[in-house]
Amino acid sequence: MKPDQINKYYFDDVNEIPGKIDRRDFIKNLGGGIIIVFSLSQLGFLTGCKTSNGNESSDFNAFLRVKEDGRVDCYSGKIEMGQGINTSLAQVLADELEVELDKVNMIMGDTALVPHDNGTWGSMTTRFHDPLIRAAAAEAREVLKLLASEKLEIPVNQLVAKEGIIFDKSDSDKKVTYAELSKGKKIVQTISEKPKLKQPGEFNIVGKSYNRMDGVQKVTGKALYSADIQLPGMLYAKILRPPAHDSKLLSVDISAAEAVNGVQIKREDDFIVVLHEHPEIAEKAVQAIKAEWEVPASKADNETIFEHILKTATEGNVRHEGGNIENGKKESELLFEHEYHDGYKAHASMEPHAATAILENGKLTMWASTQTPFGTRREVSELLDMPLEKVHVKQIFLGGGFGGKIYNQQANEVARIAKMVEGTPVQLMWSRQEEFMYDRFKPAAVVKINSGISKDGTIKFFDFNTYCAGARGTELFYGVPNHKTTTLDKNGVHPFFTGAWRAPGNPTNTFARESQIDIMAHSIGMDPLEFRLKNMSDNRAVRSLKLAAEKFGWKDWKPEKGKGRGIAVGTDAGTLVTIIVEVRVNSDSGEVKVVRAVVGQDMGQVINPQGTAIQAEGCVNMGLGYTLSEDVEFDWGEVKTNSFGNYDLPLFSTIPEIIESHSVDAVDEPPQGGGEPAIISVGGAVANAVFDACGARVFRMPITRERVLAALKKG
Amino acid sequence: MPINVKFELNGKQVEVQTEKDQTLLWVLRTQLSLTGTKYGCGEGLCGSCTVLMNDQAVRSCGIFMEDVAGSRVITIEGLAKDDQLHPVQQAFVENDALQCGYCTPGMIMNAVDLLNNNPEPTRQEIIEGMEDNLCRCGAHTRIIKAIESASKAMKGEPQP
Repeated sequence: MKPDQINKYYFDDVNEIPGKIDRRDFIKNLGGGIIIVFSLSQLGFLTGCKTSNGNESSDFNAFLRVKEDGRVDCYSGKIEMGQGINTSLAQVLADELEVELDKVNMIMGDTALVPHDNGTWGSMTTRFHDPLIRAAAAEAREVLKLLASEKLEIPVNQLVAKEGIIFDKSDSDKKVTYAELSKGKKIVQTISEKPKLKQPGEFNIVGKSYNRMDGVQKVTGKALYSADIQLPGMLYAKILRPPAHDSKLLSVDISAAEAVNGVQIKREDDFIVVLHEHPEIAEKAVQAIKAEWEVPASKADNETIFEHILKTATEGNVRHEGGNIENGKKESELLFEHEYHDGYKAHASMEPHAATAILENGKLTMWASTQTPFGTRREVSELLDMPLEKVHVKQIFLGGGFGGKIYNQQANEVARIAKMVEGTPVQLMWSRQEEFMYDRFKPAAVVKINSGISKDGTIKFFDFNTYCAGARGTELFYGVPNHKTTTLDKNGVHPFFTGAWRAPGNPTNTFARESQIDIMAHSIGMDPLEFRLKNMSDNRAVRSLKLAAEKFGWKDWKPEKGKGRGIAVGTDAGTLVTIIVEVRVNSDSGEVKVVRAVVGQDMGQVINPQGTAIQAEGCVNMGLGYTLSEDVEFDWGEVKTNSFGNYDLPLFSTIPEIIESHSVDAVDEPPQGGGEPAIISVGGAVANAVFDACGARVFRMPITRERVLAALKKG
Repeated sequence: MPINVKFELNGKQVEVQTEKDQTLLWVLRTQLSLTGTKYGCGEGLCGSCTVLMNDQAVRSCGIFMEDVAGSRVITIEGLAKDDQLHPVQQAFVENDALQCGYCTPGMIMNAVDLLNNNPEPTRQEIIEGMEDNLCRCGAHTRIIKAIESASKAMKGEPQP
């Protein structure tokens, strides 16, 4: 998928399952057992979503296989990058199929084995992938019951399945195991139009907390990431990099690098690669290359970027509109006009982009750290002009993604290199400096909001203009009679690549909106909780807010000097999320410390409560980075942030001592996203709490000490 | 000039031929095929490559092979004894103190060192001891809990 298509799905959230499913013949190579397949035309009824291409019903893929030993293989195109879906998907399967959780083996992200998938992003797995897995599991269970009925000579409706055994409900001694039923058989069954799914109240495994299934692998060092693959005779590659984006190579002298013993140097135009059997020697050799570059003139840096954005991001697009803004202004007694800024943020996954590959006998095999193994396969096949089926992308574990590993630059680079040294395996792992340079940063953004209220605290109009942050999270859950949401952007605004960062522009949009809401509430001396409840029109937003407020103990709050509390509500990936934080602000130093965060989410049915809580904790901890400390420093295409020494991630000392995660009890509602939503409300909640603590209203993230002190001075 | 370096690795004597300014991190990962020790930054700023060297947690990306000679190195692969997880590993599993798992080996090695030097650390001492190990997934909250529970499981007895 091209970046612009990815952005369409990622930034605007998802209401359809895109893509084409490839015919594959690996099913015939599978061993025995019961194999459940689906055809594309079924995706619509299973998910309630449109499919983008509905005329390929003859193509089919396997979802699961009940093996002859009673264990179950689940094939999924999704990838595991820490979010815990190899556990939650297995729960869904095990519950619906009636097997023990530890009988399920997840096979994920391998393009030769699993059904096509467009990528793991947008908190889509639980929303759109769970229903498919459930349907396949339900189908398998019914097939097994039919087989059991024949074998035991008992009518199907007399049979009960539990923990991999089917028995007569009136005589549990009459029983047969899944293993016995699958033995010596090979049954390929297509999912029926109406799989018999379990109803709320019938779940045994879904809705319960389980530890991660990959925990032991990860604590013993056995979990393999794409740079942990070692192939005989492998060479490590390093690429000559320019000092800034869009630089032109004027001259190059590779003689010093060539002099390094055992080195190979390959060149295609500006793409100069050094290979060596030791990665550190390759690195030294590439550093020995003398290159002269022409660097484009600077148009902005990290301080002037906001001005630049306002001037250049001029292509507007009205996303939501209702009533009339001018009428709203006339009806308002108090008017508010504010501008909010947010800088570029790096993904900074602990695992840098990496890929290992070999091209031999006309076939490319690659292990890549990617959120889109099928996208990687397609890109690489186009780049090397090879048929799709000659490219095999294997994905193992991913050391963090957060949207940053959708773009596959390193996989394309390693494919080119593999072709340069055909027959020899190669590995490319970006250095941390390259990781910062070639990140697809969360774009810097500006939000301008005009709004007005009556003196009783009713919002009369809300005119929201977001530059470069996209539409995600802008759906208004406050009932405002006159409102308008406009997104503004333009190709070429940014000096370097930008892209999807955990919930893309939503943290920026939510920070701006929820700050504005707070400002309006305080202007008339109204409690910000009361103000929100008074104006909210969306029932799920109300539920999430009330849950968080109750758990936080909002009404029992005792004000103290330097102590503050702040609320932010947001919507992302189908989930409504409120975060309320308690902060301490030192008015002398400007230091902000978040001591407690309470997350209240309305996210439908929860598959793994512990997994959900862990994602919420991760969102709060990671979110404190964009809120308080993370900012990319640059002078146009020269990314000056190049190390963990000048990009401040959250630390053990900066995370809150207490994070509470709560979800609204909604077991009979479809499950919604959980990996991203909670990160969106961190910035707004902290900004509002800082104001509550010391009266400093900070309009720019990160909320640094200097900005707190400057806001205090301004009063 | 290549040098031969002999040292003890996970309880066994090994000898590698390498350049003297090669780092322990990459020799472990390439020549010795122990890929549990991770590259995260190459500057000693993230802790993903932490191993124990002569019972001290060190950043293997900054240790040159000439300084490894004669030392005793334990990596994440050498922590479990006869398939019995080290109490810190066990506590990370039980507390779900990891997400993507990439920083985990370094976190665990650093925590082992912390508990060996201070078997019953306070929460504040855990924070200070772990401060320079980075995690992007935000697993910090449960890592602190895991170290607290490992401390209890070890009953103040340093291991290994």
